[in-house]
Amino acid sequence: MSLRIIVTVKYVPDATGDRHFADDLTVDRDDVDGLLSELDEYAVEQALQVSENSDDDVEVTVLTVGPEDAKDALRKALSMGADKAIHVEDDDLHGTDAIGTSLVLAKAIEKAGYDLVISGMASTDGTMGVVPALLAERLGVPQVTLLSEVSVEDGTVKGRRDGDAASEQLEASLPAVVSVTDQSGEARYPSFKGIMAAKKKPVEAWDLSDLDLDAEDVGLEGSYTVVDSATERPARTAGTIVKDEGEGGKQLAEFLASQKFI
Amino acid sequence: MAEVLVYVDHVDGAVRKPTLELLTLARRIGEPVAVALGNGAADTAAALAEHGAVKVLTDDASEYGEYLVVPKVDALQAAVAAVSPAAVLVPSSAEGKEIAARLALRLGSGIITDAVDLEAGDEGPVATQSVFAASFTTKSRVAKGTPVITVKPNSAAVEAAPAAGAVEALSVTFSAQATGTKVTGRTPRESTGRPELTEAAIVVSGGRGVNGAENFAVIEALADSLGAAVGASRAAVDAGWYPHTNQVGQTGKSVSPQLYIANGISGAIQHRAGMQTSKTIVAVNKDAEAPIFDLVDYGVVGDLFDVVPQLTEEIKTRKG
Ligand SMILES: Cc1cc2nc3c(=O)[nH]c(=O)nc-3n(C[C@H](O)[C@H](O)[C@H](O)COP(=O)(O)OP(=O)(O)OC[C@H]3O[C@@H](n4cnc5c(N)ncnc54)[C@H](O)[C@@H]3O)c2cc1C
Ligand SMILES: Nc1ncnc2c1ncn2[C@@H]1O[C@H](COP(=O)(O)O)[C@@H](O)[C@H]1O
Repeated sequence: MSLRIIVTVKYVPDATGDRHFADDLTVDRDDVDGLLSELDEYAVEQALQVSENSDDDVEVTVLTVGPEDAKDALRKALSMGADKAIHVEDDDLHGTDAIGTSLVLAKAIEKAGYDLVISGMASTDGTMGVVPALLAERLGVPQVTLLSEVSVEDGTVKGRRDGDAASEQLEASLPAVVSVTDQSGEARYPSFKGIMAAKKKPVEAWDLSDLDLDAEDVGLEGSYTVVDSATERPARTAGTIVKDEGEGGKQLAEFLASQKFI
Repeated sequence: MAEVLVYVDHVDGAVRKPTLELLTLARRIGEPVAVALGNGAADTAAALAEHGAVKVLTDDASEYGEYLVVPKVDALQAAVAAVSPAAVLVPSSAEGKEIAARLALRLGSGIITDAVDLEAGDEGPVATQSVFAASFTTKSRVAKGTPVITVKPNSAAVEAAPAAGAVEALSVTFSAQATGTKVTGRTPRESTGRPELTEAAIVVSGGRGVNGAENFAVIEALADSLGAAVGASRAAVDAGWYPHTNQVGQTGKSVSPQLYIANGISGAIQHRAGMQTSKTIVAVNKDAEAPIFDLVDYGVVGDLFDVVPQLTEEIKTRKG
């Protein structure tokens, strides 16, 4: 038996950098360093663990839709241990929203062939957390999402989803789309050997025409939502800061009372 | 007036507060029609009517509890077909966002997630969002189809606005995908007796500075003196001192209370992402250089084990 896993990974601007918008109100990706979204490292990690725990012949492919620099994200995932990579890159993709991104990813996943898709819980820039559900809808396969524990055995994926009101045990047959949370287990660091090996691993490059997609299906033009304005939040006015010299708690209580919280 | 569908988040018929907030926002755009699904669906009607629902569409099929997400998408799709609403509003929980996304895709509509405000506009509802760890505020619209918008808790006040709230059975035909993901077990969260983190007016949080699970009693005592919910930083959660359900931040809950008190929390960007929109922010930290102090209305540089118990005592005294 063989098992083909595709991990969707996003290249995002560093959250600790000074993120902002470009003139066309899309995320400025030029001024801030990018990296493999930390939350997608958990997805790569779970794919590698499924692979290591399986008797099947498992192949882990990492897939990204993004600009030229997004190759860095793929390299990082390959150096962690993924087998190969697919990079969907096209100038017409600029400004694509979640609905459009899910279309491109779904086409690429179908073209590549898959048994299991593993995504992160959310991208650290958009933070929508909707792409995995959208992928399941588009691919017509079960969604087994937001798992903090995953296992795959005999064509069945099982996992634990810690929701607001309850913790649920889920189960579905493959093919399926899974997403994992940052509670699923720390991601490994690439080893030196892994970094060297990654350089020789295949990275396929596809554009929209390879996926039978047109420019108007994606990008800013094809977007289902419009951002009319983006304003920087005014810096909070500097607050009062006191040093505790034995009365700090009482001073704080006084402040809370003045604000009618007590 | 156009109708606006509101997806009801409830536990066995008890409507959760964010849904009532959605009704307030829905009334700015049109007439709220609520959709309540699953066990106890019809029991939600009284609360929904009191807050403005003209109609409550219900279905209590067992599928909603037995399978993940898709049955609820099928039901909302049926409701959209029945009502032809001007917009669909869904609470921004993890599940709410997944339901909304799949619905939008089926309707050929755009989706906006995590709105913090909503107004009527000439070209459809305008949603305010807070992005990049709340450092920017954007206004956006859905350009295609029936707008599907998820709204964060604490984005509007709950307002009484009595309406008919007539209960109608919603007829739903489940799709082939509905039974794809089986829920084989469910362990309900134990109630702590404290308010829900995302709904609370006051949140008291502890971080690495709390230094141990047993020390969280200090944080809980302060929270209880204020009737507050308890939050934790990821560092405290990863150390196993407090449950992940209480984590505030990018990969935890996003809170927007009237008052947020951070104790022994440095204020990393990922933590700020989940609390920066709080109205009043207070911090206790022994490091005067901690970035959390950039956000505060009032900060105390000091040891939390001195400051917090003194604060708790003082609050108790003042409250009598
Ligand atoms: C992808 C990703 C997602 C993340 N998601 C989240 C998230 O959702 N939520 C989150 O919180 N973090 C998140 N983080 C982690 C975040 O980057 C920080 O590591 C974390 O917030 C630090 O927690 P802390 O402030 O409690 O600990 P620290 O940064 O170690 O700060 C502890 C603070 O306590 C103070 N202190 C120590 N002892 C005392 C004392 N006795 N009295 C008073 N003060 C004291 C110290 O001065 C210090 O400022 C995420 C990180 C990544 C990469
Ligand atoms: N451009 C992209 N390329 C590859 N994967 C993506 C992309 N955007 C989102 N994803 C995947 O979808 C998950 C959720 O993203 P989002 O819905 O944007 O928060 C991420 O963790 C990724 O696994």
